[in-house]
Amino acid sequence: MLTRRLLLASAAAIAFAAPAFAQDKLNVIASFSILGDIVQNVGGDRVEVTTLVGPDGDAHVFQPAPADAQAVAGADVIVANGLGFEGWMDRLVEASGTKAAIITASEGVTPIAFGEEGHDHGHAEGEAHDHDHEHAEGEAHDHDHAKEEAGHDHGHEGHDHGAEDPHAWQSVINVALYVGNIERGLAAADPDGAETYAANAAAYLAELDALDSEIKAAIAALPENRRTIVTSHDAFGYFAAAYGLTFVAPQGVSTEAEASAQDVAALISQIRDAGIAAVFVENIADPRLLDQIATETGAKIGGTLYSDALSGPEGPAGTYLTMMRHNIGQLTGALSQ
Amino acid sequence: MSWLIDPFADFAFMQRALLGCLAISLGATPVGVFLLLRRMSLTGDAMAHAILPGAAVGYLVAGLNLGAMTIGGVAAGLVVAVLTGAVARFTALREDASLAAFYLISLALGVLLVSLKGSNVDLMHVLFGTVLALDDAALTLLCAISTVTLVALALVYRPLVLECADPRFLRSVSGWSGPVHFLFLGLVVLNLVAGFQALGTLMAVGIMILPAAAARFWATSIGGMLAVAACVAAISSVAGLLASYHAGLPSGPAIILAAGTFYLLSLVFGPSGSLAARFWPRAHLEA
Repeated sequence: MLTRRLLLASAAAIAFAAPAFAQDKLNVIASFSILGDIVQNVGGDRVEVTTLVGPDGDAHVFQPAPADAQAVAGADVIVANGLGFEGWMDRLVEASGTKAAIITASEGVTPIAFGEEGHDHGHAEGEAHDHDHEHAEGEAHDHDHAKEEAGHDHGHEGHDHGAEDPHAWQSVINVALYVGNIERGLAAADPDGAETYAANAAAYLAELDALDSEIKAAIAALPENRRTIVTSHDAFGYFAAAYGLTFVAPQGVSTEAEASAQDVAALISQIRDAGIAAVFVENIADPRLLDQIATETGAKIGGTLYSDALSGPEGPAGTYLTMMRHNIGQLTGALSQ
Repeated sequence: MSWLIDPFADFAFMQRALLGCLAISLGATPVGVFLLLRRMSLTGDAMAHAILPGAAVGYLVAGLNLGAMTIGGVAAGLVVAVLTGAVARFTALREDASLAAFYLISLALGVLLVSLKGSNVDLMHVLFGTVLALDDAALTLLCAISTVTLVALALVYRPLVLECADPRFLRSVSGWSGPVHFLFLGLVVLNLVAGFQALGTLMAVGIMILPAAAARFWATSIGGMLAVAACVAAISSVAGLLASYHAGLPSGPAIILAAGTFYLLSLVFGPSGSLAARFWPRAHLEA
């Protein structure tokens, strides 16, 4: 089904691709919104950036449409995150028959294993309990696993990732590597612009550097005992490793419509026993239940964290820099006393 | 015994859930018994559906706001009750048919409103309350409705019993028949709204009707049925909450299924009018 759509799309793309080459700007495709923003900062006026997975979109479950294959076919450069984040990218590139250069932005990043942070921690806590938390623990793990499977379903067909966490951009240090890779890639595709790209990259790196110090300062200002967070996001491994916060996967919460008393009790015990200061759990959809958990444990309930995609331009996380500042604001807001 | 005590001793939300359920058990089950005796058991179900648009409007106006959803639900329920009664009294259509007509209109309106306006909110929140998330305001409301119900039932107990036994007799000797009927429908609506805060619209009817139906197999007097029904509801609440805690079941359905289990056991083994009483009559029951 998908293949047929892609074939049709690429047929259409070949027919319509020609005008794209006529533009004087470099046509760059970025796989998702965060990467698109970084590419735009490095490329400046010399590039026309198109993102395949737009703001608020989920790259894990993205289904390329004919228009995407058309865009890819007409591109000069394609920038992908790599680390298995875009499982659909290889097939899309192949099906579109594009001759574009492909930049893997995460090249050189030291990968970390998926979700190791939350799991290790959860185990240590679970064994200290006097209730039957082994059971709840097991369920939390199953759930995590199931979520990974579901999230990456589309990647499995043509791709064999799974162990590595692709969300490397959650560490600003890694994004500096992204910028270097993108700068070199753009310069190779457009040698005339090499100087511009180098200058843009240097300016952006300075901003990243400032952001990095800002995050470190914000976290350093937090009391030592208020640096653990329960969150259902599995995208903050690099952030945790780089900045010294601990992210713990919530126990129990797997149902959206009706929580069981066991789920709620497991989460409350976890928050109490591990001294968790804030909870960012977006898959407990019922705000009344979250309020109840907050009153009972004294933990603060956090707002929205952006992990895989930017918000729209009007939103609180329109660019990579504002996204990171928004997240750190949310985190420190909930963690400071 | 720790499996029985610990969940409630360790967690405030379990205590709140228990208190809320006990309040509903006391208030809603007498209403259920009278519904059963007046052969109006399905009226409860119909009214629960009729409440939906009011709660939906409250939800759309003020979000998950207890006051707005309660007022909306009560208003929608009362409008349907009054319209139904008026149509039954002044036209050729009987009460059951006119109730069916109005509740279906009301339900459709509710679903329409929720789908139109609530594209990014979860309909589940409106349909399924959760007994695990009762805050102070919700608990106060549940206890207040329960108290009002008990006082009101005590005041109109006599005419209500007469209306169950022989409605034409009551109508012939006093003018109380009409007012008592509407007051009773009002209590049904109030208790359904209370139950829907805790258990959701669809489950609220269960805690009202199932204990009453189970009580029918244990007691022959109205007083006896009221007592048994309240006990069945209270025990089902505790059992359901414990099942939800120990086995990880959703709390609302667990409570209703506990009451359902009571009903099925009573149906088979109850001393009065059950299968056991009919097919294996014991000596003292034949007397």
